[in-house]
Amino acid sequence: MPNFEPKIVAFVCNWCTYAGADLTGTSRIKYASNIRIIRFPCTGRIDFMLLLQSFALGADGIIVSGCHPNDCHYTSGNFHARRRWMVFRSLLDFMGVDINRIVFSWVSAAEGAKWAQVVNNTVEQVKKLGPYENYKKLGQSFF
Amino acid sequence: MARIGVFICHCGENIGGTVDCAKVAQSCSQLPGVVHSVDYKYMCSDPGQNMIKEAIKEKKLTGVVVAACSPRMHEPTFRRATAEAGLNPFLCEMANLREHCSWVHPKEEATTQKAIDIVRTLVEKLKRNEAIFPIKVPVTKTALVIGGGVAGIQAALDIANGGHKVIMIEREPSIGGHMAQLSETFPTLDCSQCILTPRMVEVAQHSNITLYTYAELEGLEGFIGNFKVKIRKKAKSIDEKLCTGCGLCTTKCPQKKIPSEFEQGLGSRPAIYVPFPQAVPNKPVIDRKNCTYFTQGKCKVCEKICPTKAIRYEQTDEIIEVEIGAIVLATGFDIKRTDFFPEYGYNKYKDVIDGLQFERLASASGPTLGAIKRPSDGTTPKTVVFVACAGSRDPAKGIEYCSKICCMYTAKHAMLYKHKVHEGTPYVFYMDIRAGGKMYEEFVRRAIEEDGVKYVRGRVSRIYERNGKYIVVGADTLLGAKPLEIEADMVVLATAGIANDGAEELAQKVHVSYDPYHFFAEAHPKLRPVETNTAGIFLAGACQAPKDIPDTVAQASGAASKVQNLFSNDELTREPLIAFVNRMLPPYYSTCVGCFLCQTVCPYNAIEKEEIKTRDGKLIKTIAKINPGLCQGCGTCVALCRSKSIDIYGYTNKQVYAEVAALLSD
Ligand SMILES: Cc1cc2nc3c(=O)[nH]c(=O)nc-3n(C[C@H](O)[C@H](O)[C@H](O)COP(=O)(O)OP(=O)(O)OC[C@H]3O[C@@H](n4cnc5c(N)ncnc54)[C@H](O)[C@@H]3O)c2cc1C
Ligand code: SF4
Ligand code: SF4
Repeated sequence: MPNFEPKIVAFVCNWCTYAGADLTGTSRIKYASNIRIIRFPCTGRIDFMLLLQSFALGADGIIVSGCHPNDCHYTSGNFHARRRWMVFRSLLDFMGVDINRIVFSWVSAAEGAKWAQVVNNTVEQVKKLGPYENYKKLGQSFF
Repeated sequence: MARIGVFICHCGENIGGTVDCAKVAQSCSQLPGVVHSVDYKYMCSDPGQNMIKEAIKEKKLTGVVVAACSPRMHEPTFRRATAEAGLNPFLCEMANLREHCSWVHPKEEATTQKAIDIVRTLVEKLKRNEAIFPIKVPVTKTALVIGGGVAGIQAALDIANGGHKVIMIEREPSIGGHMAQLSETFPTLDCSQCILTPRMVEVAQHSNITLYTYAELEGLEGFIGNFKVKIRKKAKSIDEKLCTGCGLCTTKCPQKKIPSEFEQGLGSRPAIYVPFPQAVPNKPVIDRKNCTYFTQGKCKVCEKICPTKAIRYEQTDEIIEVEIGAIVLATGFDIKRTDFFPEYGYNKYKDVIDGLQFERLASASGPTLGAIKRPSDGTTPKTVVFVACAGSRDPAKGIEYCSKICCMYTAKHAMLYKHKVHEGTPYVFYMDIRAGGKMYEEFVRRAIEEDGVKYVRGRVSRIYERNGKYIVVGADTLLGAKPLEIEADMVVLATAGIANDGAEELAQKVHVSYDPYHFFAEAHPKLRPVETNTAGIFLAGACQAPKDIPDTVAQASGAASKVQNLFSNDELTREPLIAFVNRMLPPYYSTCVGCFLCQTVCPYNAIEKEEIKTRDGKLIKTIAKINPGLCQGCGTCVALCRSKSIDIYGYTNKQVYAEVAALLSD
């Protein structure tokens, strides 16, 4: 699949990664345009069912990104997200969902360059994995 | 039925140069629910805003999507315009076509397609928005200033003179910060303490300022206008009310050889001490780590000598709780020490010193009373080499930035040296001379032309000792990298300015962002340089990045005026983007099953229990209830709730699921 352009959905928090991605823009750092960002108040708000829905509707990869540990605007939301992710991850793995398609990262409001890197790396990684069809088919019976 | 208007902004060339805005507008006009879709050069301009307002009225819009810059930039602008046209402001959403699209992708079809996807996503979200109304909260008109350097002093005085209460905390026994250590200051060479001390005294005496020295922030809760802080007042081991500051104790203390922090280790102090003669407050503290009584169990000389019986060995740290409305962070900076540089002998050579040590040598109140003498043997150095950019602008050392102040203070140091040692020869090794600032270039010129300071362009690769002299090995890159060795009696390293010790912990305590070097991050690099991302918390001085006194003072006044801005309101309106528990008709009342897991995760203790009773008082059900005054809208409870009974305005389940669906449907 030479010209495969994956669809990547990013769930990011308002205070760190959304602002970090703004800084990427302000600094005019270029990155792959496969990414679509959805803004949340905090990674703690991110309901991981959204990840499954994304795959079911055709996403090839997902990024979840928020404040670094200890830096959460709301003190502890990112810790809840991290803990939830640890559990969810093993569940997904068990269910046969390819967890290499989900990238969990911390990007602060000052890390514009890092955001570009996270996106580019994810796009590269998902390109290697190819389009994600399994879950899409599975998902059609739910939605 | 939704009647949505879409407004695509070109932002001049910023978006329009990369994204085909007309095509985006055309494509979005086809979206279900969109009844109006246009593009325009500058949506945020008056005509642009009027376009939106007129369309809302004429087309009877039920919501607008403005596709322009980041909502972090102009969301308030467009929400205000929406409200002025009579629509609830929360029925306006912004699609980020600039920071997240046109500025980061090339001019090509895929970028325009991404822009269309972004707008479509926000249109679908907007269809599910509800009219919501701001929450009003009172403002506590007291400010907390953390750090008592020149930045904190300026901010505190400005706010206090504006008629508001200020609480200042300083972790050292005295306020003053680094400026109190400086000898004379560029670009005018006026005496640092002469201009600073009166202000320090003013802080201590101001009726609107409460000063806690030897104190640090213990904890912070709450939000803009309504913070609750805990301050840890470390035990000074004296009763401040009884102590008259006579200083007898400090002369009798048997511990005399403790390296003085204020003198940068070039002088010493006793265990009960005032850091420097002009300290504010001018009352001693006992340094328990070095006090004979605390380390060995006996001594108590100071207790015997104190005429007012003010010594309190049994004193413990005190926690003070106060309510405040705004915070100014002014915790300053530090510099790398000579032990950071293996090539310059780590800390091995006594006469290889840092800039602050030189300030103390040059200071009339310093350990040598202002005479430039070698720390090793007290002789007057005949040749002094000043090394600029020691550590700064050096990726290999992990510090890529320019420390900004060193070029100037190095010129000052070389000049002061020459003024004090007329026959001496000062050399400066530099990479570039950065002297941007009023009278700065002239100042450096003066050093070179009037005082004969020899500037050599190049880095110093090594310093070693030979017969009591220091051989400085470098290269003159202006002479074709000609190797150069200078035999110096003393070397002064202008070491990199770095974030102050404890900056990261403090940032985490108050929830402000910081950069990879631990300097606090401003909300916007250009337009919001004194604000942080956390409402109600402002920045002043070198805690944001190394800067000189004029810049520090200007920023401090800026932060103070922001605080006064805030305090000019009796009430603040807060965005109502908070959580709520669903309610429905009997017999269900709510899908909440009363597990109260949400209570355990809420960082603000905002979730209460609500009892639902029959008319005659019989309990039917206990469910969760969110206190709108306390909820900050993180949404952690929403994602956690197993029965999906909690939702959050602005990011409801309906909205975010619709966004995902819209994003992936092309
Ligand atoms: C060698 C040298 C020479 C210089 N010469 C000049 C000059 O000639 N002219 C000029 O314009 N500028 C000069 N500067 C720059 C000048 O020192 C700074 O601009 C100025 O000190 C910045 O003030 P500040 O209040 O931001 O920080 P600081 O002076 O660092 O003060 C910060 C204060 O906050 C306190 N603090 C830190 N952390 C905490 C905490 N967690 N809780 C409570 N309190 C805390 C500190 O104890 C300190 O009192 C020089 C700097 C150096 C290093
Ligand atoms: S001797 Fe007593 S009164 Fe005098 S400075 Fe010391 S503690 Fe204060
Ligand atoms: S959203 Fe929920 S967890 Fe977050 S502050 Fe509000 S009630 Fe607490």
